[in-house]
Amino acid sequence: MCLGVPGKVTEVYDRQGTPMAKVDFGGITKEVCVAYVPDIVVGEYAIVHVGFAITKLDEKSALETLSLFEQMGVLQQELNAEG
Amino acid sequence: MKYLDEFHDPALARTLLDDLHRITTRPWAIMEVCGGQTHSIIRYGIDQLIPEEIEMIHGPGCPVCVTPLEVIDKALAIAARDDVTFCSFGDMLRVPGSEADLFRIKSGGGDVRIVYSPLDALRIAQETPERQVVFFGIGFETTAPANAMAVHEAKRLGVENFSMLVSHVLVPPAISAIMDSPVTRVQGFLAAGHVCSVMGYWEYDPLVDKYRVPIVVTGFEPLDVLDGIRRTITQLEAGRAELENAYPRAVNYEGNKPAQAMLADVFEVTDRAWRGIGVIPQSGWKLSEAYRDFDAEARFDVGDIEVQESAVCRSGEVLQGLIKPNECEAFGTLCTPRNPLGATMVSSEGACAAYYQYRRLDDPKVHR
Amino acid sequence: MTDTPPNLEAWTCPLPLRDYPTIVLGHGGGGKLSSELIEHLFLPAFANPTLAGLGDSAIVDVGGTRVAFSTDSFVVQPLFFPGGNIGELAVNGTVNDIAMSGAQPMVMSVGFILEEGLPLDRLGVIAESTGAAARAAGVELVTGDTKVVDQGHGDGVYLNTSGFGIVPEGVAIGPDRALPGDVVIVSGDIGVHGIAIMSVREGIEFGTVVESDTMPLNGLVAAMLGASRDLHALRDPTRGGLAATLNEIARSSEVGVEYEERLLPVPEAVASACGFLGLDPIHVANEGKLVAMVPAAVVDDVLAAMLAHPAGSGATVIGRVVEDHPGVVVARTAIGGSRIVDTQIGQQLPRIC
Repeated sequence: MCLGVPGKVTEVYDRQGTPMAKVDFGGITKEVCVAYVPDIVVGEYAIVHVGFAITKLDEKSALETLSLFEQMGVLQQELNAEG
Repeated sequence: MKYLDEFHDPALARTLLDDLHRITTRPWAIMEVCGGQTHSIIRYGIDQLIPEEIEMIHGPGCPVCVTPLEVIDKALAIAARDDVTFCSFGDMLRVPGSEADLFRIKSGGGDVRIVYSPLDALRIAQETPERQVVFFGIGFETTAPANAMAVHEAKRLGVENFSMLVSHVLVPPAISAIMDSPVTRVQGFLAAGHVCSVMGYWEYDPLVDKYRVPIVVTGFEPLDVLDGIRRTITQLEAGRAELENAYPRAVNYEGNKPAQAMLADVFEVTDRAWRGIGVIPQSGWKLSEAYRDFDAEARFDVGDIEVQESAVCRSGEVLQGLIKPNECEAFGTLCTPRNPLGATMVSSEGACAAYYQYRRLDDPKVHR
Repeated sequence: MTDTPPNLEAWTCPLPLRDYPTIVLGHGGGGKLSSELIEHLFLPAFANPTLAGLGDSAIVDVGGTRVAFSTDSFVVQPLFFPGGNIGELAVNGTVNDIAMSGAQPMVMSVGFILEEGLPLDRLGVIAESTGAAARAAGVELVTGDTKVVDQGHGDGVYLNTSGFGIVPEGVAIGPDRALPGDVVIVSGDIGVHGIAIMSVREGIEFGTVVESDTMPLNGLVAAMLGASRDLHALRDPTRGGLAATLNEIARSSEVGVEYEERLLPVPEAVASACGFLGLDPIHVANEGKLVAMVPAAVVDDVLAAMLAHPAGSGATVIGRVVEDHPGVVVARTAIGGSRIVDTQIGQQLPRIC
């Protein structure tokens, strides 16, 4: 139900009293409301759904998750080599 | 896209699949709640790649599919008015009401506009003060903060020609309703990742306790979905029933506090009829008293709506995971994406449409 | 001739036009609604064997010479978009339709339907672009027409172009000529035009460097024919995107098509735009690209010729034509699964789900 994609904040400003940001999705920029991630700063990533940042994306956590999968793969290879 | 493409990596997908195949020893039936997860499963062929023993039951996590027919008909009646500019997310345009859909209203001269964000509708209202601008505020908890902000800002900025037709639905009551059904086969859940980004996942603790099923908060990219399934099966095989977060980069236990504060201000809980399922008590949100002036249902008298569902459509059973889309007699014949009888065939998240759009060839040569 | 209303009962089942008694925007989307409109309303009214071929252009025998004849109308909004305007779209559209038969377009007509109140300087820019595009394609605009409609009826400008060219001897290219074993090539990045247009669409607009890929392809086709006369199918995937075109050829030739998603040339910005709007690049329109089905024996030569030509510098192989599942297009997904790729119903709509 929730098409949300990660994007990088490149600018933070105010529009009619609402906190907004320019977010870069990789060649595409869109104006996004960041009222729900009030402490977000330029350079950080957010998950954007219908023009709103609904959460910051925790980069460290993302890399840890990927690393976990990679380690799983290494372990599988070692087990296969032994077996 | 960064932090998206990495979660499509084929080698890591293989790793997760190998692990899943290794640990699965028995048949299991698990439900992915979110339509976005259903979309991923079918679009990437995940259902073909996971062990045969695992049955994915596609849940009612498609707000388009479950928006009550009565609300659709009200939307159509409002959109058909000369004085209204009706704004909506693209998903809703082809959902069939009792007699028509928003596309047909547009073709008949109605001012119907697709917007990406509810703030776009607010902007249109500010730019055309002589028109009544109505936004179709549907969705689960993920979309509610955006819709809430639009109403909140309309009140703050005094945009009196703006109003919203609200039909929000909530996930935890739906899970309860599914598990309370005597014919349910669901043994574990992939909880909806972005719903949990907003609400946190503390609401699922009581559900795990009451129903003794594993609930794993899961994302949407192929690796996320595979990992969610893997963790759920790991628990089931070990006889555990716990709450887990497989999407930590976007979800934490408490959720988004500023968003929750806005939701508490703008909305209040109400009973909701889920199309195809029926009324689930306390399963939806409506505008709170302080914002009732911006409620399109109150502002526009759309008279008595007499709803009429297709007699053949079995969306409800599909939404509850009781039948697969292709077990419905009308699937692919009377009911196709081109000629949908129910919402599950219209929405690209709907189980029926997903099955049809990305349907499998039975030819084994295709599955290399 | 009597004024009998059309007999809806006589049309094949399902009866799509019953659902929509009036035209809806989806009928112009290039997807299933469009093809049903053609097959169920227009074809029966016009019935003739040349039309039944439903190629991009019609091949007409004129005293022993095969002439490729095509027409295209342009109703794009907005009229001016990143990378071009309606004028060059209109010229390149017909040039490309003719080129897809292997013919070099010789002459074109252009018809303007103008809305009362359209500023003359805007029309001037469009006219300039139209002329420049024709010169770039090496084709002459030899006849035309202008009409004006009341304000509120023309969205500024509607354009129609028609044209013809001669199909060289020994060349027989058509959507019904693909054969199992053929290799599927696309001439470059996909999804570019549609995203460029969407980026300036009201309610959705976003910032991007993506510009329309509109360009004439007759030079590229000539280069390909120079490498080999034995091209089987050529088509430019405009509305409805690559998916619509592959499906059209698969159905017309009664063959299956299989491709690998990881081989599709999708530029980063197009992928990102599709990502946040919930669109699939294979359904997004292109205006300066072609899909070719060529025998395996000539692939290397044809591909080399394409890569050497400015309009084909991004050419790449994406899949094969197969005997299995005739009429159906199947994609192998990034993670090794497979799925059927169908044509969209109407236009692609951004989604929240």
